[in-house]
Amino acid sequence: MGEPTPSSRSVMGEPTTDGRFGEFGGRFVPETLVAACEELEAAFREAWADPAFVAEFETTLRDYGGRPSPLTECRNLSSQLGVRLLVKREDLNHTGSHKINNVIGQALLAQRMGKTRLVAETGAGQHGVATATAAALLGMECKVYMGAVDVDRQALNVFRMRLLGSEVESVQSGSRTLKDAVNEALRDWVATVENTHYCLGSVMGPHPYPWMVRTFHHILGDEAAAQCKDLTGGDPDVVVACVGGGSNAAGIFSGFADGDARLVGVEPAGGAAVGRGVPGVVHGMTSYLMQDEVGQVMEAESISAGLDYPGVGPEHAYLAAIGRAEYPSVTDDEVVEAFTLMSRAEGIIPALECAHALAWIVRAAPEMQGQTVLMNLSGRGDKDVDQMMDVLGMHGIVS
Amino acid sequence: MSAAEASTRRDSFGALETHLRARRDSGAKLLVPYVTGGYQGWQRAVEAAAAAGADAIEIGVPFSDPVMDGPVIQQASTAALVDGATPASVLEEARELDTGVPHAVMTYYNLCHHQGHERFASALLDAGVCAAILPDLPYVEAGPWLEAAAETGLEAILLAAPTTPEHRLADLCGASRGFVYAVGLLGVTGERTALARTATQIAARCLAVTDRPVLTGVGIGSPSQAIEACEVSDGVIIGSAVVRTLMSDGPEAVGELVASYRTALDHG
Repeated sequence: MGEPTPSSRSVMGEPTTDGRFGEFGGRFVPETLVAACEELEAAFREAWADPAFVAEFETTLRDYGGRPSPLTECRNLSSQLGVRLLVKREDLNHTGSHKINNVIGQALLAQRMGKTRLVAETGAGQHGVATATAAALLGMECKVYMGAVDVDRQALNVFRMRLLGSEVESVQSGSRTLKDAVNEALRDWVATVENTHYCLGSVMGPHPYPWMVRTFHHILGDEAAAQCKDLTGGDPDVVVACVGGGSNAAGIFSGFADGDARLVGVEPAGGAAVGRGVPGVVHGMTSYLMQDEVGQVMEAESISAGLDYPGVGPEHAYLAAIGRAEYPSVTDDEVVEAFTLMSRAEGIIPALECAHALAWIVRAAPEMQGQTVLMNLSGRGDKDVDQMMDVLGMHGIVS
Repeated sequence: MSAAEASTRRDSFGALETHLRARRDSGAKLLVPYVTGGYQGWQRAVEAAAAAGADAIEIGVPFSDPVMDGPVIQQASTAALVDGATPASVLEEARELDTGVPHAVMTYYNLCHHQGHERFASALLDAGVCAAILPDLPYVEAGPWLEAAAETGLEAILLAAPTTPEHRLADLCGASRGFVYAVGLLGVTGERTALARTATQIAARCLAVTDRPVLTGVGIGSPSQAIEACEVSDGVIIGSAVVRTLMSDGPEAVGELVASYRTALDHG
């Protein structure tokens, strides 16, 4: 790693003026959207420098979103695994995941920019529900694009979004999952950019999204760092989070990136964009991307709809490239085991996404004996219960 | 080549632009149909379009995530990919075409990025293609690609949108090669019931800052809309109408469709 430049002393600092984290990032969108991205960047910079905006953001997350989320010491799993396992409880936020942080930030910003309509993509439905919630709160129109495959496996969240007053469109194109929902949301935005804000749900897409979304999630990393210090007197040895696009990981990593903690982002084996390490350009960014031998984007396959994404946020590609964070992957079988383990050992049903993080901790625990491990529990598993009834019933684990 | 040679090459017009300028200067309105490469019957559709009076042909190389395309071209792209179309197979088939008019490829940037700019540009030239349109590579990110295309001798066509700010428009039109692709509306490719007001506005804005041919595309769905667009623009690109016809009525019908646009543009 080279000397930090004066303008960005933090490992997870501001990207360059052309939106790069190292060689990753950028603004690879149709010309129609370039001006909108520039306008958004200017509006975000201006708002984030305005104490009144930041205060409104923080107050809304406190009084409406339920922040700060607690840090739970998992005593039973700790003794089983031989590590000291601390869990950041983003599952206890309003709408059940970390997604609310980003959505409140973007919705307040969109309103400040005079936009009256939000569009969003969603995989598991968590970001869609969060966006629908913010739209209801702020009186904005909202349309959520969701792959048809995900609509089927996340019926409860589809109903939630509709109950909250949003329109949900089932996307039939391509692999009919998250990547195609992003395409459809981009197509909508290309046509409606004058009155619509694209409320992107992860640290991906064109500049300024990866940086802006991470900044809105920074609050969870800061909280976790302070809570760890209170509890243990310092940083944990290891910080672990699941990675699809990578927003919850970016949020928690940002609280520790300048320290010594080992940072681990866990990808699904069927969506290991960083693990495969091939750069590509899609959805507005240069990053690692799962693609075939000629450059067609591949379909990710994961038990968890929220991680079913062939790319990854460009800052994660950068953190991997400079060696600051590592990105192992776990299999669906390991995830199912971890999902059950956490439910039974701690009385916490994790989202399948976060079960990836725990699955890696279980696997790596023998090499981490005695260490303090902080895991971001980015969402609750209620949305997955229906799907897991089938999976676990089939395996005879829960009948 | 030396820097001086490269510079000379940049300043002279490529085959596509030379052809389009000559046609425009002779008083013709330019007509460029788009056909999805790899779709069943696509080569015959291209030949029929050329025979019916197209001034150049845009050949789509199917990509998995075509964000600038509406349902019709998405459907054709998906069908072509399912049939096994690859960039190499489409270019191999393009090489077999003898239409007498220049060919441009329209595809998405990752296919170019994955192969490498120079290799991608060379592969197109080898297949007799003289220009490329990459709609998800905007001018602000296009620098390295424009350099590589210029070095290789491929014409890199840039898109100007209704939202392109004035301060960028002249530079964008100046950097484009072949022609300037004026995106007629806020939205993805597809036919619309009426020509958007933005179609003539963006064409006029481009023509005010460049003498390069300006062609309007996206949202041209009928010969009468083409005539309306050409009251300002140098010509039109028709995509979804062509591909819809190819999918529903086959390649020969594409010839008839293109002929109807040609007649409309020539005789009002």
